[in-house]
Amino acid sequence: MIEYLIILLSEIYKISILLIPVLTAVAMIVWLDRRVWAFVQKRRGPNVVGPFGLFQSLADALKYVFKEIIIPASSNKIIFILAPIVTMTLALIAWAVIPFSETFVIADINVGILYLFAVSSLGVYGIIMGGWASNSKYPFLGSIRSAAQMVSYEVSIGIIIINVLLCVGSLNLSDIVKAQQNLWFVIPLFPMFVIFFISALAETNRPPFDLPEAEAELVAGYQTEYSGMMYAMFWLGEYANILLMCAMGSILFLGGWLSPIDLFPFNIIPGALWMIFKILFLFILFALVKAIVPRYRYDQLMKLGWKIFLPFSLTWVVLTAGYLLYFDLLPVN
Amino acid sequence: MIAHSIFFYIFSFIAIFSAIMVTVSKNTVHSVFFLILDFISISCLFIMIGAEFLGMIMLIVYVGAVAILFLFVVMMLNVAQQKSEWFISRDKSTHIPVGLLVSIIIFFELIIVIGGWKYKPNLVNSSLIEINSNTTNTQLLGNIIYTDYVHLFQLSGMILLVAMVGAIVLTFRKRSGVRKQSYFKQISREKKDGVELTNPETNKGVKIDA
Repeated sequence: MIEYLIILLSEIYKISILLIPVLTAVAMIVWLDRRVWAFVQKRRGPNVVGPFGLFQSLADALKYVFKEIIIPASSNKIIFILAPIVTMTLALIAWAVIPFSETFVIADINVGILYLFAVSSLGVYGIIMGGWASNSKYPFLGSIRSAAQMVSYEVSIGIIIINVLLCVGSLNLSDIVKAQQNLWFVIPLFPMFVIFFISALAETNRPPFDLPEAEAELVAGYQTEYSGMMYAMFWLGEYANILLMCAMGSILFLGGWLSPIDLFPFNIIPGALWMIFKILFLFILFALVKAIVPRYRYDQLMKLGWKIFLPFSLTWVVLTAGYLLYFDLLPVN
Repeated sequence: MIAHSIFFYIFSFIAIFSAIMVTVSKNTVHSVFFLILDFISISCLFIMIGAEFLGMIMLIVYVGAVAILFLFVVMMLNVAQQKSEWFISRDKSTHIPVGLLVSIIIFFELIIVIGGWKYKPNLVNSSLIEINSNTTNTQLLGNIIYTDYVHLFQLSGMILLVAMVGAIVLTFRKRSGVRKQSYFKQISREKKDGVELTNPETNKGVKIDA
């Protein structure tokens, strides 16, 4: 019995070592997002609370904690309360398989990439539950839109993952990173990296694909009826998902914890730091896109997903498989 | 081992409970949510017996895509109202026999499958598959699906394709007067197509055609 307890405690310790930095990072990333957005538009952004406005997110979080939670009278109460919890939980459990270095990973499972894909595809439930349970027109329209959008872009993300897996020969995330020891997949699979980035924007409902919460048409989409801490949970879950997508991109294409060149000044930096740099790099790209690109129309979004990305990435699977087979490079173990 | 069986009982209890709730609950959207819970707990059971690939595929395909579309349809159609109208307008005796027939057929199919597996274990020759503890079950599945069972695999893919084409044909309708955006047309438009300088006579104006 004592052994079980020790195992349990050590697991909890490992999880808290990962989750506390992730949650802090989510708060800081909101600040970073707003700052980058402001710099692109020649504004100052949040700069009042603390040095460089670093504590802005903390102040916002405090405000959300002390606000009243309003539950609409005609809403489906259980599902209404469950929706932000589902979003937040799904955004956090996915971090269990992300390897930050060769040794630091909570669960190094065989089908890591499938787990990540499954959890990110479950993320739509939080949105659809919130939209339906609010029992109001704007949230419902927003959630229907987002369900269609996320299901569509998942398809192309899945096929991009198949591209990478063909080159690796394993579904384990650590193996995927180790396979990039000599060459990061961003170089041979560059078009797939671009499509992955754009699909990740759509999958996380970021601008220019933020149709579920298009404020000009739908007030705030599925979040319209939420307030206080429940709104904050949606918001945190969304940013945790964005970070997760960045982590997924850096594992699949940018070589995870590997340093860019295996030479002296670079290889003394610990792998976890490289991983964090890569996640931040991708996140700043996310933030820049938000500032630069105008919102897509709904039919354009669907056309892009089904008629351009899907055929293109399918063709690329055939090309990759053909190339690997012809030059006898297929990973066989 | 104790922890293993505790988790097994938790997941199987949730699975059976939610399967019952799917049929019992009045609200159709609630039924779909219970169905999703059922899928999730069954995929947990798959993972517990070591079939992690099947469990994850179950999550991705059924929970991540099929159930969402299902939910979509149920939310849009207002099934609850239709169902109650259907119950009131029709004599109850007409649909219960059909349901009974279908459930009896499914029940006997299950008995045949389980009985065959239980009492004639070597009916299906399973010695083809070498069980090696070093290979993961994803690799094992890949090895047999694309070699021994490639025709069945391709056939099931064809069936799915036919179903998809059928669904599209059934719902496709041609509407007249729809103006579609053509990127090619927009980009290839030049100055001479858009702007024309004319010198109209007084009181005549310019003829503009659409």
